[in-house]
Amino acid sequence: MIHISKRPDFNRFTGEKKKYNRYAGMLIGVGIRLAALLLSLVVSGVVIYAITKLNPLKVYAEMVSGSFGTSRRVWVWLRDTALLLVIAVGLAPAFKMRFWNIGAEGQVLVGALATSACMIYMGSANIPTPLFLIIMAAASVLAGALWGIVPAVFKARWGTNETLFTLMMNYIAIQLTNFFIPMWEHPKGSNTVGIINAGTKAGWFPEIFGQQYLLNVLIVAVISVLMFFYLKRSKHGYEIAVVGQSENTARYAAMNVKKIIVRTTTLSGAICGLGGFLAVAGADHTVSTGTAGGRGFVAIIVAWLAKFNPIIMALISAMLVFLNKGAIAIASRFNLSNDVSDIIQGIILFFILGSEFFINYRVRITRGKEKEA
Amino acid sequence: MDTVLAQMISLITTAVSFGTVIMYGSLGEILTEKSGHLNLGVPGIMYMGGIGGLTGAFLYQTWTAEPVPGVGLVIALLSTLVCSVLGGLIYSFLTVTLRANQNVTGLTLTIFGSGLANFFGGSLSKLAGGVGQISVAVTSSAFRATQHATDSLVTLVSRGAGESGFMRVLSGILDTLDKTVFSYGFMVYLAVVIAIILSRFLNKTSRGLNLRAVGENPATADAAGINVTRYKYLATCTGAAISGLGGLYYVMDYIKGTWANDGNIEALGWLAVALVIFATWKPLRSVWGAYLFGALYWLYNFIPGQSRSMQEIFKMLPYVVTIIVLISVSLRRKRENHPPSSLGLSYFREDR
Repeated sequence: MIHISKRPDFNRFTGEKKKYNRYAGMLIGVGIRLAALLLSLVVSGVVIYAITKLNPLKVYAEMVSGSFGTSRRVWVWLRDTALLLVIAVGLAPAFKMRFWNIGAEGQVLVGALATSACMIYMGSANIPTPLFLIIMAAASVLAGALWGIVPAVFKARWGTNETLFTLMMNYIAIQLTNFFIPMWEHPKGSNTVGIINAGTKAGWFPEIFGQQYLLNVLIVAVISVLMFFYLKRSKHGYEIAVVGQSENTARYAAMNVKKIIVRTTTLSGAICGLGGFLAVAGADHTVSTGTAGGRGFVAIIVAWLAKFNPIIMALISAMLVFLNKGAIAIASRFNLSNDVSDIIQGIILFFILGSEFFINYRVRITRGKEKEA
Repeated sequence: MDTVLAQMISLITTAVSFGTVIMYGSLGEILTEKSGHLNLGVPGIMYMGGIGGLTGAFLYQTWTAEPVPGVGLVIALLSTLVCSVLGGLIYSFLTVTLRANQNVTGLTLTIFGSGLANFFGGSLSKLAGGVGQISVAVTSSAFRATQHATDSLVTLVSRGAGESGFMRVLSGILDTLDKTVFSYGFMVYLAVVIAIILSRFLNKTSRGLNLRAVGENPATADAAGINVTRYKYLATCTGAAISGLGGLYYVMDYIKGTWANDGNIEALGWLAVALVIFATWKPLRSVWGAYLFGALYWLYNFIPGQSRSMQEIFKMLPYVVTIIVLISVSLRRKRENHPPSSLGLSYFREDR
């Protein structure tokens, strides 16, 4: 017989044994997650071998050099990690409130559109770079916030299902992008926007200490730290946690639940919109329906797995981006298609998701006849 | 007048074949959601179903010198079912047994499924000799064999059509009927049949009632002696099988037995999820909803004189309509229009 019971929540233990239990809980958590990660690498290895008949260890080594082989690759890795992280950080407050914002993809995209619009229409105005960057950031934040506030108002006012609403908003953003592409296309007839301001580099992130992507990393680092304190130490953060645990409790404590929902989701959308700014001005210098590139969805997984802790979010983002880059490297090295990265990413996430069960529940196998209590 | 009619017919046929893809997806998802599981992996499952069927048909056609369409059809169907049920099993093992978060698991399944499908789609294309070279025309022909039930009637009537105005009108009507209703492969009709069966199952059988009870309140269902876990597994896996058929229909009929790594199935899968809301979890409503979505999606083709930008705005319509439905459902607060109460929540017997 298999018996399943819930593990005690170590973080909530009080009394003498508090410290001991807390560390034991953390140890169990870390151990189980590491085991899951290892197991997933083994399974991915088997899959890699089945597909390619190559030594999986060699393939993994190739992945490492594909991601970190040159300093440029490391910087690209950092840049993409920062982009994924900022979206996850943006999603964290909404999810902590149990508001299932799966519209990050769209929020990033409208942020990217706003940034591109600024670059295209104001690029020739010779605005000093710092001011121009601030204008673009503000535009992208506004666009993202707009994409967040619409579902939030309906959720707060009438309880409209936010998961499905935000999902639909993604597609409206995608169609909106398709709407602008023919207007902005360059060169004509290519049906792509092309590199914006390729000559003047107006609105591009400047190099800092000779590093092209340092500014991306710095911005995201600052936002992550701020978010950490916002969630852990501020009154707003506390309210978010209470609403997430129980709306009734929050109402009983005289919190304005509707206001909290709208405020938090708007913030969430705004940060995701800023992600679009980073993607366009800081990395791609163009916009397409693939600008968000599924990051809006992956970031949900990142935020959820990290339990909204920005430091763990950074680690998971770094790992996922590494996997993605590495898989693309092995794909080109061994003449496979890039989609191999999605397969590996899927397998690893399945294992990590599954491992949560063993952290929250204790499974005991009892031999023989079970004594009914 | 004739051109208007021809355009109408063409819009209807496009809408029906487009709608069928998302109808399969949404029917499967309705069944799954009735057990209280919001499976956002529908696009992934449709991908897995599509590539499964394609791979099966491709292997069959390359192994035998003279492939028989009917056999290819059966093989494609079976391999689709196996692949999509596999997707459903991954999802239900994680969310039912391991009680992982449903949204996150579903999204991961979508990433996994699309990766798997595009990888094998690309590899099959390479095996077949280059990008876009893969074609399982023989098997696809079996899927696209049209019924034209009224064909003989049409010719019969049109032979006598010259004589009277009445006969001419009749032959015109029959011809239109033939083109709009009987001009599709069998899977179009199968989807409607599945919708009817599903509707009867959910509303008229005790098992359907049990399933709905599981979705509304698993603890109560458990107390009433219903095996919650079994119902959840069965509903998720059967639902996955149905959704997977959508992928198969797309590959075999809609794009005629080829493969394109263009992310279309994913977009259609999300539209299927939208359709579930539009249909307010009622299988029959998803039939005409699917056709309506198809018509809305392709409407831009039939309105002349638009810029490319405006066409894209028209393609937004199905999503806008879904949002309006979503809002109006929440405004009206009718109980029967609401999602299953425990949708998205995992069930652990010892929880309070």
